[in-house]
Formats: sequence, structure tokens, C-alpha cells
Amino acid sequence: MNTHNLMLIDPHIHMTSRTTDDYERMRQAGIVAIIEPAFWLGQPRTEAGSFKDYFSSLVGWERFRASQFGIKHYCTIGLNSKEANNEPLAEQVMELLPLFVCKEGVVGVGEIGYDDQTPTEDKYFRAQLELAKEVNMPVQVHTPHRDKKAGTIKSMEVCLEHGIAPDMVVIDHNNEETVKDVLDRGFWAAFTIYPNSKMGNERMVEIVKKYGSERIIVNSSADWGVSDPLSVPKTASLMLERGISIEDVRKTCYQNALDSFGKSGQMHESDWLQSTSVDQREKFSDNSVLRGGQTPVVGEINTTGEPGSNIVR
Amino acid sequence: MYQADIQATTTYLKELLERSTTSQGLEWLTQKMELVSSEKAKPKDFYLSFSAAPRFIGKENLHLTQQELQMADMIRSGFNPSHWSAAQAARTLLLLSLPHQDGESFFSQIETLFNTADMRELVALYAALPLLPHPELFRKRAAEGFRTNMGDVFEAVALDNPYPADYMEMDAWNNMVLKTLFVGKPLFRIYGIEKRRNAKLARILSDYAHERWAAGRTVSPELWRPVAPFIDEAILNDIKKLFTQPNELEQQAAALACAESNNPSAKELLNSHPQLKELVEEGEIAWNKIGEKNLELQ
Repeated sequence: MNTHNLMLIDPHIHMTSRTTDDYERMRQAGIVAIIEPAFWLGQPRTEAGSFKDYFSSLVGWERFRASQFGIKHYCTIGLNSKEANNEPLAEQVMELLPLFVCKEGVVGVGEIGYDDQTPTEDKYFRAQLELAKEVNMPVQVHTPHRDKKAGTIKSMEVCLEHGIAPDMVVIDHNNEETVKDVLDRGFWAAFTIYPNSKMGNERMVEIVKKYGSERIIVNSSADWGVSDPLSVPKTASLMLERGISIEDVRKTCYQNALDSFGKSGQMHESDWLQSTSVDQREKFSDNSVLRGGQTPVVGEINTTGEPGSNIVR
Repeated sequence: MYQADIQATTTYLKELLERSTTSQGLEWLTQKMELVSSEKAKPKDFYLSFSAAPRFIGKENLHLTQQELQMADMIRSGFNPSHWSAAQAARTLLLLSLPHQDGESFFSQIETLFNTADMRELVALYAALPLLPHPELFRKRAAEGFRTNMGDVFEAVALDNPYPADYMEMDAWNNMVLKTLFVGKPLFRIYGIEKRRNAKLARILSDYAHERWAAGRTVSPELWRPVAPFIDEAILNDIKKLFTQPNELEQQAAALACAESNNPSAKELLNSHPQLKELVEEGEIAWNKIGEKNLELQ
């Protein structure tokens, strides 16, 4: 993988579901910062308390864990569309959100939007847009898998109806069918490189060739499913290999993510430029990221060469 | 119901902030304080402004003059914001703006915040305890603060904070002092350390010293500060050992402990170290100095 030592950002990745090995490899591949949108767990949560602890972990333990591998961790906080359909629960989660959306390192309300496009999803999407507006935060919109084009257009129309400026909204999981509508309306268009669904690396290259790098963002959405936390560096590498300019790669795999979510005032390039070393002897609530017998890394992160082998001898 | 006059505290903190934030920041804060204190306020108005405070106020440390520190102590005995940030002062102002006539509802709003707080929010909340109305409601919460393993949070509740000395039961207090030593933090920054010395604590600390010695580890010279008035025949042996330690600060601690003890054998022991005795009498050896020097060595 050759990315000419570019600094990269993955603005959509669910690290809660990933291991520390991933963090190590991501940092070695040039990822300096990530954004973790609040997500669902694969099965619905049944109590507001599990949302509370989950949100707390996004601003607490997970931030710490990332820092131990030289990666700055940010998150977006929201009630996802799938779980918005349990109305009594959704009401309680809405009461929790004001406790979290303005915390340190929270760069937006997200990921919110539509899944089945039910009236209840619509209700809580709108309520969360109002919250984002109240605190002047960017919004990260998950677009539906089914009836995608109509759902994407509806998401944007609803944002505008609530008086939210397009440059405050990142529309996620785009494809060849939706990209033009999103860019034409002035929104940020994010693409998820995800095996077997969403977008592929090669298709992504073609999109940047066709539409340029303005307001286009690449992410991995890696989560508990079959997915790849190195999607952003791999795509950056392929773009360079296929003749896309280094400046366009830098914009789509770094700068645009920083410019869009930086509007929260919570994410600055200096956050990672000023601190490049780690100390794995540190603890969070008495917990270390290390397991028994592992040697803590202290000092600069090694980003040269290939990631170490996981073979235990 | 009150530990500190809310009006006086508010005026004081706002004056400090005038130097440490922008005029837009102050304006934002003033508006939010008015909103939070008004009858039409919803819980979310308080929660959002509490979380968002650093965005508008900044996170710079307050730089207090000696005079300002003295004023703090006049507002509330032991109140010491010398390690506070601007955001922390703003968050405290928001807490003090909450209506508090109904103690239970005041407490439950703040408890909700504690239960979802991030690290810096926890620091602000714990450090604000000595200023809040209805202090007796927060005893359990303070004890929870001692259980944390986040260093900054522990410091906020245990160090430079008069709440524990004034409100915690003896066992919780003793536990806090022991833990301060255990995590390697300075004892001299515990407010009221002298006032709350007790025989049980002295016994616990002596046991702890024995544990450390048995493991071949060093013992902080500050450990003997709460022990001093309770020197008995058993602890006298600890003090004898201290006089033989190579660390000069431990010898000084031994001398000071003897000087503060009414035990005749301890007095006798001190007489056999005339040089150290003289330094104690001249005020050259004092617990705060030992604590500060010990901190420098770490």
C-alpha cells in the first residue's frame, strides 16, 4: 500500500466493534484521526440505559483506546434510524442526547436518517435535526439501503425544511445514482467502501475521476460486519495508482472530512500534529489496553514498514 | 443549606472569567445562566450549556493572584481554585445558577450530569462540591469520586477541596487519605489533613508503611503527618526506623512527628537528634515543605 505518507482520516468507522490490532494497522497505514458515529449493535437495545453507557463509551473509553495507538478519536451522537421505531424507547433516548451532543470530541449529530422510511423514523430524524440546529453542529446522515435514491433526496429536503445549511450536512453511503443530486444541492457526499455492498474501491476511483474532489469524502464504515478498517488507505493507494492527483486524494481522504466535521469547532489539525507520541502505560478507569504480559509502547508511533505479523511463536 | 454565599461566589468567579475568556464568551455564559435560573428552563438547557461551556469559554487555566486566592478562602474557607480552568469556572457558575429551593430536584439534576459526565465534566463537578447548596446530599457522590481511577478526577475531589474534610464520615475520609498516598499524590494538598487526624487512620497508615517496607518499597515521608499525634509504643518503632533511613525527608518527618506527639518516649527520641530538633524549632522543617520537596523528587 503506497499512500506517499499522506495523513488520512476515516470519518465513519465503528471502532467499538473492532480490535486494537485494527488501530495498530490503521495508524501504520497513515490514519491520524477517525470519527465514530453512534450506531446500532446488530440487535436492538431494549433499555435507555444501554444507550447511555454506549454514548459514554464513545466519549470515554474508546477515545482513550484510540489515543493509545496514536489516533485521535471523535464521534457523532444520535439515535439511529432502525432503533427510532421503538417509540417509547426513542423518547427516552431523545432525553439523553442533550447530555452528550456538546461533550468534548463530539463533532456532530449522527448517524441519523432513514432506514425503512417510516413516519416514526421521520419524527426522530426531524427532532434530531432541530437539536443539531440548536447547538449549531454538523449532521451525519445515513441514507437507506432500500429505495436509496428517493430516501437520499428526502433526507436532504427535510434538512433544508428545518433550515439547516447544506454545508453542515454530510450525506453518507452514496453511490453512482445519488452522487450528482447530493453535490448539486451543495451537501457533502460521503462514500462507504464496504465489501459486497455500498461502494467498491475501483468504482470510487471512477467517481473521483468523474466528479473531482470537491465535497467528496471516503470512509470505511467498518463495524461488526464483514468490513475493512483499511478501506480509506487502500482506496487512497488505488487512486494514486490510477493517476488521480495527490491533491485530490488528500482532499477526499483527509481534508474534506476535516473541513466538514471541523465546523463543530471540536476537531483541529493541531490535535494530531501536536501530539505524535503515545504512552501505553496510561490507564482509563484503571483499565489498560494491554492484556497480560504485553509490553507497552512508549514514544513515537512507528509508521514505517509493514504491520507486524500476528503469528505467535 | 449554604456553604458559601451564592451571590458572592458568582461575582467572584465572573470576575476571574473576565480575564480568562472573550467578551463573546462572557455574554454567552450570562445568557445561559439567566436561562438556567429561569422558571421556563428545561433540563436540556442546563445540560447543553454545561457540556458546551469549553466551546465558548475556552479551556485555559485561570491564573490567580495571591490576593484572589485569599478572597476565595474568604468566600468559603478552604475554597482554592488555583488549579481551575476557565471552562471549569463557567460550569460552576451554571451549577450555581440552577434553582435550588427544592433540594431533591437540584440534587437529581446534578446527579444526572454526574452519571453521564466525561472526564473534564467530572473534574468540574467534584471541584464545585464545596460551593453547592445542600452539601449534605452529596456525601455518597463524593465517596464515589474517591473510587475513581482517573487521576484528574481523583485530584478534583481529594485535593485542594474542603468538602471532604467538612462533610465526609471518618471511614470515607480515612480511605481518601490512604488512597491519595496509594496513587502517589501529595498529601499536603488535602485540605484539613491536620484537623481530621484520628487514631484509626494512624493505625491504617502504619500498617500500610509496614506493607511497603516488607515489599522493599519506599514510603512517602508525608505518610507520617496524620500519624504524628497518635504515636504509641508500636508506632514508635516505625519512627525509630525513619531516623535511620537514608532519605533526609524521612528523617525530617520522624523529627516532626516526635515534636507533635505527647508521648514521652517520642520526646526522648527527638532529644537524641538535637540537630533535627533545632531545625523543627526554627520552623525549617514543616509538613508542607516536606510534601513539596518530596513532590519535586518524584
